[in-house]
Amino acid sequence: MKIFERKNIIVQQPEIFEGEYVLDVEDLKIRYETDDAVVYAVNGIDLKLKRKQTLGLVGETGAGKTSTVLALLKLIPTPPGVVEAKKILVNGKDVMTLSDKELQHIRGNEIAMVFQDPMTSLDPVYTVGEQIAESYMIHDKLSKKEALEEAKKMLEIVGIPAERSTDFPYQFSGGMKQRVVIAIALACRPNILIADEPTTALDVTIQSQVLDLMKKLNEQYQTSTIMITHDLGIVAETCDEVAVMYAGQIVEKGTLEDVFENTKHPYTEGLFNSLPNMNDRNSKLNPIKGLIPDPTIVFAGCPFAERCRYAKEKCFKQKPTVKHLSESHQVKCLRYDEVDFKIERALK
Amino acid sequence: MKKNHKKAKNKSLIWRQFKKNKGAVIGLIVFCIIVVIAIVSVIVFDFDADITAVKAADRLLPPSKEHWFGTDNLGRDVFARVCYGAQYSLLIGVVSVIISVVFGSLVGAFAAFVGGWIETIIMRLIELLLMIPGILLVIMIVYTFGASIPNLMLALGLSTVPHFARNARASVLTVRNNEYIEASRALGASELSILFKHVLPNAISPILVQATSRISGCIISAAGYSFLGLGVPSPLPEWGAMLSDGRPFIYNYPYLEIFPGLAIMITVLAINQIGDGLRDALDPKLKR
Repeated sequence: MKIFERKNIIVQQPEIFEGEYVLDVEDLKIRYETDDAVVYAVNGIDLKLKRKQTLGLVGETGAGKTSTVLALLKLIPTPPGVVEAKKILVNGKDVMTLSDKELQHIRGNEIAMVFQDPMTSLDPVYTVGEQIAESYMIHDKLSKKEALEEAKKMLEIVGIPAERSTDFPYQFSGGMKQRVVIAIALACRPNILIADEPTTALDVTIQSQVLDLMKKLNEQYQTSTIMITHDLGIVAETCDEVAVMYAGQIVEKGTLEDVFENTKHPYTEGLFNSLPNMNDRNSKLNPIKGLIPDPTIVFAGCPFAERCRYAKEKCFKQKPTVKHLSESHQVKCLRYDEVDFKIERALK
Repeated sequence: MKKNHKKAKNKSLIWRQFKKNKGAVIGLIVFCIIVVIAIVSVIVFDFDADITAVKAADRLLPPSKEHWFGTDNLGRDVFARVCYGAQYSLLIGVVSVIISVVFGSLVGAFAAFVGGWIETIIMRLIELLLMIPGILLVIMIVYTFGASIPNLMLALGLSTVPHFARNARASVLTVRNNEYIEASRALGASELSILFKHVLPNAISPILVQATSRISGCIISAAGYSFLGLGVPSPLPEWGAMLSDGRPFIYNYPYLEIFPGLAIMITVLAINQIGDGLRDALDPKLKR
């Protein structure tokens, strides 16, 4: 009978934070100082995330998406990284001021991360069960045996038979590995889950399975999620809010409808226009001209001005400010000072 | 039960690879025989009666039924002494390598994992040790603390610490930037537990291979130092010391040199073969 009792250990739900925003970041700046140059990865970002909401962070490679979320966990390597912010509140606690011990308590317990490539984010020398068990041993202080039991339950939850918990990562396929990674991240029921391009390394069918799974688990555990991706389709499918990043800044932010149906920023427009047209398969792709700017350059004006077809002289000289178009929708573009300015997004 | 089965499966992968190398398997068999000989000879031979007792009547007898390897200038049976000497060589080889592996790889791994100026300082200090020739280090230690087996082990161990530190550092550097290290940091694991639970186990195979081949190096060095009188003191039948004892008689009684010399050669060859096999088996790039 004793054995049965042990099996039914309920993992403690970390105390649910009562404030409105589980995540509240103000004026986050990250730069990497190397011997040759200073790389400005993130230049003043505000982020707010409500409970149970999913925020999509969209942007090109090098826009500063990953740096932003790593800063939330205070995992930016310093040096060379330098992180500055007015505040980074995770569940009301400012990670900038926490000690290493407190940070280790928060990581995995209150805020967890799913990494991009499931092939490399599992340790090859441990069984998957042991790797899931690790977070129970760290945070819930379970014994190894209890932790392994919990790990098996977690594997079942992500749709992998419990008896495979004694297998090593190389015995799993890519999609299953990503399920394991998700199981590890959700093991201690974090309030915030960060998914850094969780499906980039997977093929489309597995991709939708993994996304469905994440969505289901988020509802079940009431987790708030930050979803990093460059796939606008994934955003449309999974996110409540969207933030579009360009050159270390959030250029447009709003609810899914705001950004997708009522696009305001020329860069977001460019992203949508560059999608392949499903109705006319012979049509040419319509990419944004030019490349993402060199992150070592500090711009006097708008960093997108060079590639922007609406850019005027003032765009090169004057820093754009945030315009609130509605309660939820904001855009960072100078042209909206003009009352009658409109972009001409081609709706397909 | 199931778990054991699975674990065995993973290990058998290495074993299967190891088995493909005929030389390595033969080396392993020979090495096992030598270990058995070392253990049995301690039980069978009496140290005072068979190994060190001087028997003037039996001086310098050629190999015969009675004395398989002949007798030396003090009438001691060379076969008994060669067998009995195996334990010294093995012990010195293994213990001195353990000293340098534990110390060297911990220091090297720590340096690489921490990085920055701490790494620079630790590695420069280690390289300072590398600057002193091995034989000089041994002479220093043996002259300060006296010629004995533990001192020889310490000296040999210390002189190879830098090699292990550098090797461990190199392999930790390749491991520490892997995503699973970052992932367990994001999980809230402490730096020290990451180093011991994730970094070292993944960096261990090059260290293991180097350790195996260093054992044979240490056995040769130990024999060499004993030959020079710096190692195992004379009445003990260490192979190098036996070579040294037999040197004046090499012209007329070559078997005094041949048998201990052969013993050294066979042991070193066997261990080197095992090292080669391990290297092939543990190298992920060669894994089929």
